[in-house]
Amino acid sequence: MVSQGLTYALMVQGSPYSQQASHSALRFAEALPAQGHRVAAVFFYHDGVYNAASMMTPPRDEPHLLERWRALYQTQQCELLVCVASAVRRGLLDEGEARRHGHSHPTLEAPFEMTGLGQLMQAALHHDRLITFAP
Amino acid sequence: MDSKSILVIVRHPPHGSSWVREGLETALVGAALGQPPTLLFSGDGVLALLAHQQRGALGQKGSAAMLEGLSLYDIEPLWYDQRSLEDRGLAVDQLMSGCQQACIADMIAKHDVVMSF
Repeated sequence: MVSQGLTYALMVQGSPYSQQASHSALRFAEALPAQGHRVAAVFFYHDGVYNAASMMTPPRDEPHLLERWRALYQTQQCELLVCVASAVRRGLLDEGEARRHGHSHPTLEAPFEMTGLGQLMQAALHHDRLITFAP
Repeated sequence: MDSKSILVIVRHPPHGSSWVREGLETALVGAALGQPPTLLFSGDGVLALLAHQQRGALGQKGSAAMLEGLSLYDIEPLWYDQRSLEDRGLAVDQLMSGCQQACIADMIAKHDVVMSF
């Protein structure tokens, strides 16, 4: 056991429900506090940006990944960072981007934030560990 | 900013998906922030290093031009895994210039951060 807790940054590249990556990332993140650690930042890249889709509506008997990410944000105060370049071309826009591109509704909402790859680098450099969850 | 050595591993082929482009963009952002990563091609990723590549038919931008420009950002050489090359029936003389053979285990061991695409 480690006496001093570590801060983790996660990079999630897999689409929810079609790939295991986001399920595994969530299970990993949710297990960290029991070991004395915490997740400080999650960076969504590639198809991982779909984890932030604000209208995600899975069947009732399946895990609700969007709610799990929100709960993670609540319990561990982690940043949920979405790569803007990956997101916008896939139709995920926050209020500002939606307005800028002439769409009436955002498809991405807080606690998810639009950021750039620079934030991924910052997270990798600043936190103790970076773990990639890829398909 | 904290200083750490970064290894970017590309393990997907250059056409048919956006993995290579997105991996290279990450490496470029690292360089722009003054932390030029080491770039390693492994598995199907070595296919991105084949010389004389054109754009694909899918409307993607292609990665060859991006790869050729990386040395301008101090991202060089382009490291490759010899075993991955051999497994695919390829030889080093088929690769673009600026490639160098790597030992994957050593490389992962000596970097602080590993990002995989």
